[in-house]
Amino acid sequence: MTPYLDIQQLGITFTRGDAKTEVLRGVDLKIEKGEYVSVIGHSGCGKTTLLNAVAGLLKPTTGVILLENQHVEEPGPDRAVVFQNHSLLPWLTVYENVAIAVDKVFARKKSRSECRDWVLNNLALVNMLHARDKRPAEVSGGMKQRVGLARALAMEPKILLLDEPFGALDALTRAQLQDSVMEIHARLGNTMIMITHDVDEAALLSDRVVMMTNGPAATIGEVQDVPLPRPRRRLDLAENRDYIHVRAAILEFLYARHKGPTLQAA
Amino acid sequence: MYVNVDAAAVAVTDEAPRANPMALAPRSAAIVTLPVKRRGLSARLWKASRSSIEAVGPPFVTISLLLLIWQVAAGSPTSSLPSPLKVIDDSWDIIAAPLRVGKGIDQGLFWHIAASLGLVANGYALAAIVGIGLGVLLGQSTIAMKGLDPIFQVLRTVPPLAWLPLSLAAFRDGRPSAIFVIFITSVWPIIINTSVGVRNIPTDYRNVARILRLSPLEYFLKIMMPACVPHMFTGLRIGIGLSWLAIVAAEMLIGGVGIGFFIWDAWNSSRISDIIVALVYVGLVGFSLDRVVAYAGRLVSRGTAAT
Repeated sequence: MTPYLDIQQLGITFTRGDAKTEVLRGVDLKIEKGEYVSVIGHSGCGKTTLLNAVAGLLKPTTGVILLENQHVEEPGPDRAVVFQNHSLLPWLTVYENVAIAVDKVFARKKSRSECRDWVLNNLALVNMLHARDKRPAEVSGGMKQRVGLARALAMEPKILLLDEPFGALDALTRAQLQDSVMEIHARLGNTMIMITHDVDEAALLSDRVVMMTNGPAATIGEVQDVPLPRPRRRLDLAENRDYIHVRAAILEFLYARHKGPTLQAA
Repeated sequence: MYVNVDAAAVAVTDEAPRANPMALAPRSAAIVTLPVKRRGLSARLWKASRSSIEAVGPPFVTISLLLLIWQVAAGSPTSSLPSPLKVIDDSWDIIAAPLRVGKGIDQGLFWHIAASLGLVANGYALAAIVGIGLGVLLGQSTIAMKGLDPIFQVLRTVPPLAWLPLSLAAFRDGRPSAIFVIFITSVWPIIINTSVGVRNIPTDYRNVARILRLSPLEYFLKIMMPACVPHMFTGLRIGIGLSWLAIVAAEMLIGGVGIGFFIWDAWNSSRISDIIVALVYVGLVGFSLDRVVAYAGRLVSRGTAAT
C-alpha cells in the first residue's frame, strides 16, 4: 500500500545571486492517514522549509512530494497551514477570517447557509464562538491561534500543517491549546505535521517524532515512535516509563549527538 | 435610575447632620464624606459644554491675539498692508455676498472656489486612479519598480508650475492644462505610497492567499486593498494638499473664473484687502480638503491596523 504522504529524496537549495544555500538534502518521510507527526530540531535546521515544501509554498530543488499519489506542486487548501504568528487578516472579524476560507474552498459545494453553519461549527470546535464578531486585535494571542486553527480545519484539508503553532504562547495557554489539538485530532482523525522545538510537546502530541540534523544540508536524523495509548493526559504521563524513555531519546539526539550551532561553538 | 441615585444621596446627606457625630463617628463620617456624583441631565450638559469650551478656547485666544498684533502692526495710516478692520471695511461687499452672480470673471468668491475645486476634482481623480494603478504595479513587480522608479524620482521633483508651459503647448487651452498640472503634481505621492504599501504586505497574508488559491482579482480586492489602504491614504492625503497648492498657482497664469486668478486680478487692481479675504478662503478650503480625505481614510481603513 502506498503511503498517504510520501516525501522522497527532498532537497531544497536557495539561490540568491551567486550564493547557494543548501537547506535540506535527501529527506525521506512517509506518513499514514490520521498520523500525528512532529518535526523537531534546532533553530535554522530547515524545519519550516520542510513544512513549506509540503504546503507547496516552496518548490523542491530535488526529489518529489506525493499526497495520495498526486504531485504537490503548488499551495492548496488540501494542505492547510496554521502559521506560527496566526496570520489572521486584521481587518476581518474572527468569523470573517474563517469565512474567507470556507467561502472560497466550498464555493460550489455548499450553499450560503451551509457555509455559515460550517464556519460556526469550526469556531465552536476551537471554543471561539463567543468572540466571532471581534477583530483579531481584540482577542488574546492564544485565541488568535485558535482562530487560525479553525480557519485551517474549516478547509477540510487532507493534511494539516502546524508551524510552531504554540511557539509564541505562554506555558499555560500552550497547554490548553495542546489539549484542544489532541481532542480535535481524536475526534476528526486529521493527518497532521507539526513543527516544534519543544521536546515535551512533541512527545505528548505525536505518534512519531522526526528529528532533524543541523543544517546546512539538514536531513532526517532519526524517527522516534511514541508508543503511548490515546487519549493521553499530561498528568498521567509524567510518571509513564514509555513517555520518559521517548523524552530521553529526543533529548539525547538534540543535545548529545546533534548539538545546536551555538552549543557547538561554545 | 439616575434620579434614584440622586434621591438616595439627598436622603443620606439629610440624615447625616441628625446623627450623633460622636456616637456614630466612623459610620457617619464615611457617609458624609463620600462624594456623590451628579449625573443628571444638567450635569451632563455642563460637562459637554465644558469640554467644548476646552476645545474651542485655546484657538480662539490665539486667533484673537494674532488679529490684535496684526491690527496694531498695520494700524497706522502709512502701512503698506491693510489691518484686519480695514480688510473688513474695504472688502465687505465680497465677504457679504459670496454667492453673487455677475458677468464674466466678476463672480462671488464661492463661485471662484467652486471653479477651482472643479479643476482639482478632475485632476485629483485622475491622479488617484493612475497613482493607485501604477503604485500597485510598482509594488507587485520588481522589474517595473527598477524600470520606472528612477524616472519617477526625477519627475516628482519638477515644480508644478514648470509643467504648465509644456501642458499649455500640448493642450492649447487653459482648463485641460490646469487639470494636467494638478494631476502631475499629486500623482507622485500616491504612486510612491501605494507601492510601499503593496510591498509591505506581510508574506503571511500572501501565503494565506496562495493556500486558498485566491484569483488575482480576489487577491486584489480581499487582501491587497485592505492591507495597503493606510499607506494609500497617506499618499492621497499628501496628494490633495499638493493639488490645492498647484491649482492656485496655475490659475494665476491661466486666468478665467477661479480663486487663483481672483487673487492675481485683485493684485493687478491693487485690492489688497480682497487678496487677504481670498487667502482665508483658500486656507479654509485646503484644510477642509485635507480633513475630508483623512476622514475617508479612517472610514475605509477601520480595523486594518496590523496587530
